[in-house]
Amino acid sequence: MLNFKSETYPDPRGHFGPYGGRYVGETLMPALLELEKAFFDIAQDPSFHYEFHDLLHHYVGRPTPLFHAKRLSTHLGGAAIYLKREDLAHTGAHKINNTLGQALLARWMGKKKVIAETGAGQHGVATATVAALFGMECRVFMGTEDIQRQAANVQRMRLLGAEVIPVSSGTGTLKDAMNEAMRYWSGAVHDTFYVIGSVAGPHPYPVMVRDFQKVIGEEARSQILKETGKLPKMLIACVGGGSNSMGLFYPFIEDPVEMVGVEAAGKGIHTGKHAATLGSGTIGVLHGSKSYVLQDENGQIMEAHSISAGLDYPGVGPEHSMLKDRGRARYASIEDGQALEAFRKLCLFEGIIPALESSHALAQALIEAPRMSPDDIIIVNLSGRGDKDLGIVNQHLKF
Amino acid sequence: MNRIDETFKRLRQKKEKALVGFVSAGDPNISQSLRLIKAMCESGVDILELGVPFSDPTSDGPVIQRSSGRALKSGVNLKAVVEMTREIREFFAHTPIILFSYYNPVLAYGNKAFYNDALAAGADGLLIVDLPPEESEEMTSEWRGNDLSLIRLIAPTTPQERMAKIAASASGFLYLISKIGVTGSDGLDTGDISEHIKRLRSVTQTPICVGFGISTPQDVAAVASHADGVVIGSAFERLIEENLENPEIVSLLAEKVRACKAATVETS
Repeated sequence: MLNFKSETYPDPRGHFGPYGGRYVGETLMPALLELEKAFFDIAQDPSFHYEFHDLLHHYVGRPTPLFHAKRLSTHLGGAAIYLKREDLAHTGAHKINNTLGQALLARWMGKKKVIAETGAGQHGVATATVAALFGMECRVFMGTEDIQRQAANVQRMRLLGAEVIPVSSGTGTLKDAMNEAMRYWSGAVHDTFYVIGSVAGPHPYPVMVRDFQKVIGEEARSQILKETGKLPKMLIACVGGGSNSMGLFYPFIEDPVEMVGVEAAGKGIHTGKHAATLGSGTIGVLHGSKSYVLQDENGQIMEAHSISAGLDYPGVGPEHSMLKDRGRARYASIEDGQALEAFRKLCLFEGIIPALESSHALAQALIEAPRMSPDDIIIVNLSGRGDKDLGIVNQHLKF
Repeated sequence: MNRIDETFKRLRQKKEKALVGFVSAGDPNISQSLRLIKAMCESGVDILELGVPFSDPTSDGPVIQRSSGRALKSGVNLKAVVEMTREIREFFAHTPIILFSYYNPVLAYGNKAFYNDALAAGADGLLIVDLPPEESEEMTSEWRGNDLSLIRLIAPTTPQERMAKIAASASGFLYLISKIGVTGSDGLDTGDISEHIKRLRSVTQTPICVGFGISTPQDVAAVASHADGVVIGSAFERLIEENLENPEIVSLLAEKVRACKAATVETS
């Protein structure tokens, strides 16, 4: 197996092989250099680790359970499916792991204002939550299309004291929210900390977010070993920007474990209305890093599409691009309809309502499990809960 | 001597500062854009900055976002901008032309092909907003020479040591961003600007042009007394946007350019 030692990636300037790096305007460069230094300083500080893990335990509710989905596994008649229950983390998704880490860093750097972009609203809620916890001022940029389809999360953010700033440029989705957050940050960089929600963006965000999210995989690895005495055969997680998947994958990177990232195929890859960046994108630079991107031949970024706002993004974290090229992870894609079907199945078989994002990972498990032996184990990252999606699911499933 | 250096030398002799005019290439379409650009060059723009439209201009405020959007809508891309450069060069043999782009369109074009084609079309320099010196070697290492000046940005946030490092790798001129924020923001502080220019002058001989938020002849005069040139972008684009349907648009833009150019002439 290739060498994926934790020290190896990224290089000192944030490159994962040919990907990653720092492609931003000069106004932001000094802020990123300062952030990088602060992040590496805090990473050496035992009191930071103590406080981070103490809050993950007492505030977030970690460790989250690893649940054997027996009825679903039996129904599929193949591998045993285990669900990493990130939906049970405080605020209902894995996003809080990262926002807690970044808020501690912001406080350490003396910043009292935070901003964030959000698609499904989960990262926005998680940022608003930690801002309330630490008494910080919070602004969340959200596309107008996403404000419509994830209205419950908009209300949650407002209740938590955050200001939600609608972004109507482009398609009014995650990409546009991130554009606007970067613009705002350029004008407020002296006193504002930008909490990026995925393993995307300029260095050090991809490595920093991975480090704050790797708790998912660390827990899952020790939980499965404790319960079954062996490693899983396969990990499955959805990939928008790629933070929940990287958090699950990373601690297994040197293990003989297959990793499958699942992108949104939207209405079908052939229709062009999808968000399968790794599956059908090309190499480009978006939002500060080099990675696979959905773009036309002239380097203009294309509009993504997914029923799930959290996956509706034409870029992807640079580390995923590297894992893809090196064959360390495989990237599949799931259409809107398949995700809805998996959503319904988990509700009925296990009594768990998953987020539409996580339903893409589940849908892939429905395909993989029957091909595998009952001795094999699949861990699916159930990255979030589905309460936020009831409106949109109802439009399609008419429950 | 290249056109950029010649221009600054000529202006110094005339006791003038450079008026650097930015326009989104192809806004609102190629033929009208060429008319507007010709009027700008004839009316006093000393250095022309041609903005390459991009779908996700994260360093730009609403005015340039919209102008870039109009150009994209009419089908303009980097290939078309290179063609426009060739056409402008036929009319204006001496005006330096700087292509102003985000990195992704250049990357998609191909770094090597872009260098060759841009140079052949008559471009003099390139400014890539989101390509800091740390990442630019991947581009310049594919260039077959260094005949294209790479214009570097200095921000108010750039520390002194970093300024010196950036200045050392710059050619043509340095683009000093007048204040934090995106293009076209309000509130010019000439006190701050003169301070930044002083700091920058202490580490470089390269001419310094100041941009972001400069919109009136008064702004131009205030900044030109400290800098070697001033960059105007959003103010020209705003005029274009407000007069898209106005048959007088070309002469209105020319008039605005003349007023700004007049303010670059030293009065003392």
